[in-house]
Amino acid sequence: MKQLLVFIRKEFYHVFRDRRTLLILFGLPIAQIVLFGFALSSEVKNIGITIFDQAHDINSQQITNRVKQSAYFIVQEPAASLEEIHTKFKEGSIKCALVFPPGFSEDLYRSGTAPVQIITDASDPNNAKITVNYLSAILGTYQQELNPNLVIPLQIVPEIRSLYNQEQNGSLNFIPGVIALIFMIVSTALTSVAVVREKEMGTMEVLLVSPLKPVMVLISKAVPYLVLSLLDFIIILLLSVYLLDVEIQGSLILLFAESILFIVTCLSLGLLVSNVTNSQQAAMLFCMMGMMLPTLLLTGFLFPLENMPWIFQAVSNIIPSKYYYEIIKAVMLKGLGFGYVWKETLILLVMTCLLLGLALKKFSIRLA
Amino acid sequence: MSKHFGDFKAVDRITFDVNEGEIFGFLGANGAGKTTAMRILCGLSFPTSGQAKVAGYDVYRQQEKIKKHIGYMSQKFSLYDNLTILENIEFYGGIYGISRGEIRQRGDALVKTLGLDKEAKKLVGSLPLGWKQKLAFSVAIFHRPRIVFLDEPTGGVDPITRRQFWDMIYQAANEGITVFVTTHYMDEAEYCNRVTVMVDGRVEALDTPARLKRQFQSDSMDGVFYQLARKAKRTSD
Repeated sequence: MKQLLVFIRKEFYHVFRDRRTLLILFGLPIAQIVLFGFALSSEVKNIGITIFDQAHDINSQQITNRVKQSAYFIVQEPAASLEEIHTKFKEGSIKCALVFPPGFSEDLYRSGTAPVQIITDASDPNNAKITVNYLSAILGTYQQELNPNLVIPLQIVPEIRSLYNQEQNGSLNFIPGVIALIFMIVSTALTSVAVVREKEMGTMEVLLVSPLKPVMVLISKAVPYLVLSLLDFIIILLLSVYLLDVEIQGSLILLFAESILFIVTCLSLGLLVSNVTNSQQAAMLFCMMGMMLPTLLLTGFLFPLENMPWIFQAVSNIIPSKYYYEIIKAVMLKGLGFGYVWKETLILLVMTCLLLGLALKKFSIRLA
Repeated sequence: MSKHFGDFKAVDRITFDVNEGEIFGFLGANGAGKTTAMRILCGLSFPTSGQAKVAGYDVYRQQEKIKKHIGYMSQKFSLYDNLTILENIEFYGGIYGISRGEIRQRGDALVKTLGLDKEAKKLVGSLPLGWKQKLAFSVAIFHRPRIVFLDEPTGGVDPITRRQFWDMIYQAANEGITVFVTTHYMDEAEYCNRVTVMVDGRVEALDTPARLKRQFQSDSMDGVFYQLARKAKRTSD
């Protein structure tokens, strides 16, 4: 027991003296939360727009003013021709253009309908669609104001309520994903690198020749990273609550218990990786490609799983972070209890036992 | 004892005794089976057949006891670069179960005898290689093992430091520690009390350097080694 403490203390020395490790440990979660929370927002704002007004009449002016007042658009210098619009698109200074044909008001009042053209940059189709929606809404409101006395005899009014995330706070969805990713980085990547480093340095041999039991070597490697992962978890929760105004709905104890389970899963993965690789670079690469990419792509946190071809959906079933992501989303954002997540927890538990068993077995095979 | 990997006889029926307090040289070309034999003696793997005892403990059943009574140092540098000298001593002393008070007391004495008292709180990574090797040896015998295994301990070290390193080995032997050393430097083989030369997994010669030279009618261990190693049929790895 005393030997274990000596060993664990040594591991902490390693961590706190290595600037790169420290940066990954504490810089990365903070950077990711800030990035996802503020920079990588899926909300579309500050869209560059130019207006090509060939009509110059009262109605086109009023619509132009509405667009200028909208927080979603930044109105650039007006364009004088269609060619100029194309140039601006190519320069990238605008994502959208609004074109009024000559005689806009005249058409409107004489025939009752008048066209406007909306041109968007559809190289990013989602943004283009959202831009069109914004403009259509502005035009729709304006049209209603033109017809103050119009009453549509039958009206269906949709009333929308967003459950679990009333304000449609975009931060919510990615936080569980970021947590899973950080655990993968700290518990899997850093742990495997820490073990492989000893192999590379030749200190592993010395440890194996010492009276320290091989299992103790693994435990001593795992414990510091378990503690550090939990520290990161707390940092992320605090940042989410105080910086991003996310409310934690469910039980904190359940959140921590599930997180510890998933950290152990990640640690087992890390130890397994360290058993099959012999250099730090290989271990790092293995973790990146084999663990972190699937966590990013196949857990449903960046891209909805439901839209993927069945083969990817099938593969996603063997990725532990998928289940953790679902658990955390349910507990943290929806406030659900253990009764709703026991299935995922059980799957994660079985995976963990298998991985841990395999890691220990591999380790003793390498010894023999 | 023997150790087979499938059809491959890595260690083929070798037999030898090492006396207490002896400096025992273990020579052989790469691939001759030295490392495999040494791993068995260090309690890292089991022999396929035969018997062996290290410090009086059986290699099959008493690996844990063997590990407690041996020290080990490899050609790869075996201290932690980003720990200080004293922390390295504390760590290795700690995993051999020496009490903190004793570690501190003897650790201070050790850095003084090595002339490293000024560097004691510096990271090991900042020391020159020769000092690191000497420190690594001191750490390997810090828990006062009965036997210390040295696997090519002087690789990459300059001749003067090598000389000083062997002074330390002699001193350890004088204190009663048995030294089991592998090396590729034949001048170092001359410093050993007895040497054995392994060829293709078998012990081809075992005697004092002086008698081996007489037997093979050579004036240096280099000549002895060359005559024996030439017979090898295995290619080195």
